[in-house]
Amino acid sequence: MALTGLQIYKLLPQTNCKECDFPTCLAFAMKLAAKQVSLDLCPYASDEAKAALGAASVPPIRKVTIGGNDKKLESGEEVVLFRHDKTFYHPTILAMGVSDDLSADDFDSAVKTINEASYDRAGETIAISMIALFDRSNDTGTYTEKAKRIAELSDLPVAIISEDPQRAGEAVKALDDQAGFVYCPNKEKAIAFAEIAKTNKIPIILNADYLDNLAVLAEEIASQGVEDILLDPGFGSQSELLKNHTLIRRMALDKTDKGFGYPSVIRIPDDADPYQVALAASLGIAKYAGIVIFPNWQQWQYLPLLTLRQNIYTDPQKPLQVEGGIYSVGEPDSDSPVYVTTNFSLTYFMLSSEVEASGEPAHLVIVDAEGMSVLTAWSAGKFGGELVGKAVLESGIADKVNHRKVIIPGYVAVIKGEMEDAMPGWDILVGPQEASDVPAFVKDVWLETSESVNAKN
Amino acid sequence: MPITLPTKTWSGVIREVQLGRTAEQGGSRTSQLTIGGQKALPFHHFEGEIPHRPVIAYQIPDADPPQNDWPDALKEPFKDVIGDPVDWAKLVVEKYNAKLICLNFISAHPDRGDRPVDDCVKLLREVMEVVGVPIIVQGYGSDEKNAEILSKCAEECRGEGLTLASAFEEQYKTLAAATVAYDCNLVAETPIDVNLAKQLNILLTNMNVPSEKIIIDPLTGGLGYGYEYTYSVMERIRLQALGDDSMMCMPFINFVGQETWKTKEAKLPELEAPSWGSELERGVLWEAITAHGLLLAGSDVLVMRHPEAVKQVEIVIDELMATD
Repeated sequence: MALTGLQIYKLLPQTNCKECDFPTCLAFAMKLAAKQVSLDLCPYASDEAKAALGAASVPPIRKVTIGGNDKKLESGEEVVLFRHDKTFYHPTILAMGVSDDLSADDFDSAVKTINEASYDRAGETIAISMIALFDRSNDTGTYTEKAKRIAELSDLPVAIISEDPQRAGEAVKALDDQAGFVYCPNKEKAIAFAEIAKTNKIPIILNADYLDNLAVLAEEIASQGVEDILLDPGFGSQSELLKNHTLIRRMALDKTDKGFGYPSVIRIPDDADPYQVALAASLGIAKYAGIVIFPNWQQWQYLPLLTLRQNIYTDPQKPLQVEGGIYSVGEPDSDSPVYVTTNFSLTYFMLSSEVEASGEPAHLVIVDAEGMSVLTAWSAGKFGGELVGKAVLESGIADKVNHRKVIIPGYVAVIKGEMEDAMPGWDILVGPQEASDVPAFVKDVWLETSESVNAKN
Repeated sequence: MPITLPTKTWSGVIREVQLGRTAEQGGSRTSQLTIGGQKALPFHHFEGEIPHRPVIAYQIPDADPPQNDWPDALKEPFKDVIGDPVDWAKLVVEKYNAKLICLNFISAHPDRGDRPVDDCVKLLREVMEVVGVPIIVQGYGSDEKNAEILSKCAEECRGEGLTLASAFEEQYKTLAAATVAYDCNLVAETPIDVNLAKQLNILLTNMNVPSEKIIIDPLTGGLGYGYEYTYSVMERIRLQALGDDSMMCMPFINFVGQETWKTKEAKLPELEAPSWGSELERGVLWEAITAHGLLLAGSDVLVMRHPEAVKQVEIVIDELMATD
């Protein structure tokens, strides 16, 4: 069990020497309890303190670093079964396969497609972050040469997936700090692959058919001096995947057995149907896989999977707000409508998705209303006409549009008058109450008024 | 040495809700579906009984649906039946083996056709005559006309185990009364909030709606559009239910299709966004993944649209229901 700040404080020298850069031992103890600092900062920590804290502070799931350059990735260090209990920290890594027996052109084009799979969504960049190099040529020269070719085309960490330890070792050397991990195909080869992992200081993925065997194998390999291990309990039906990955996570968190204290891996079989490939990956994203390895993939799988991953790994402790300011839906121009609403995330997402659906690109002016929805914000005095009017003017929207019209949510029709006072020269249009009626509003109201304006001009 | 797998057992159980009534039960449906009954977290067969598989309902609009909500790629499989909900129902049952359908009165909306209440009821009757599967009737919103349509449908189809979608905190009394009087099930929709979901269940129960006739709609945020809120609210509700909270232990319904096909990600052509890949498969996968995550969070009824997405999710459900 984790120790509290006070329990830790009792183990410290209590001299307030400040050498740890904290003003008091108690302050340092609190930081230790929150797992924000390491005990190493205290030069006077007793062996007793180290032992007690060491046992309590080992994260239940080891953090494994994959790759060594600036595109390196992390997996593990998760602390909960349900994201609402805290958060999930390290998003499932989706490793997209390329095969060394592809023609030069096909190989390059596959690597480029993976490398360019990067999308801007809801203020973040979501991207495919790993390439898996599959050995299908069974030829050391070819495999190593393809590893080098990836290094020329991409900075992403590379998974080494070969059944042959010698070939895997050569490829790891060729990739240097871009080598991500080696995948050990079976128990018999574990010692040979562990040697590669140890020599090159890269993680190893172990696989075994039963969970008990897997944990035993992991402990064996750990005792050989390999620290960074990942666990593949084998592919199976959705039901088996769910059971195995749930139990690994649960046993890791319970610290049932040290052999389970590692991130888990799903390796999708070579011959799976493309939809089912994606749905095995979506299970892995929701239910605990640290890495999913795709031997085959389709570009259309990327955005749905990355979006699911972004959603599941969003920190639920963060307030549900977006930043105030101007947002674009589609590619609006100076004639496009301007919608005003609050910065509650759901309000924002619902409005933007309906505006999207309306087919009419638009500017959204998001007013900081402390993350409250429209009616709540209005009744709390955070979305009054004067306030909103001022925020709209300060947003700078006047420079982006030629017209002088803004659309407000139907629920706060009452602020129209005050807004008109606060924004002389502007027309305040009352939009629908529900975002879902925005498309109809655009068709019935916006397009008609803008046409009549255009006609006048 | 074999390890002991840590299993978790629960004191609560999800209520079983029956959709549709067959001739023996006084109705005219040729099949009945039972949902709920779980004694463990979703598909945790290794620690408790999961007696019934989740079901997928095909959503059928009562009129030619708007393009922004039903893009061409989605209309394609239904191109011969668009605007004819009776033929549409027949098609999904006969060709796609639908086990449940959801008739959606989009054209009853005052601004989108204003189909009269009696007309809606008549249409439902016609659909019931051509297909034998259980039926969900879904309005277009939450106003009084919705409540009137749904309660008139309930009256017309009394004893059929019809499911009414939906009751809301601001509009539930008429529907609660109809549910009790005409032996229906009632979908209780609240805006992605654990406490509001419980509150509406309490209000309905206070109106004498039996809890085995309530289905929770936690409100589905589309993938990329608030999905994580729905996902976590469902996990939290289900954990409370299994912890034996009798006002939370109802099955879930998720309206997946309607939250999928209005998103740009599900339909933007590859020509306009080359790095997004083929739009047809992308749209199908968008719908399938949205459904899949919600299954893992506890969904019992998924209301979907594209036959290929339904097919893929049925494969996943087959696998999730397999007990080794």
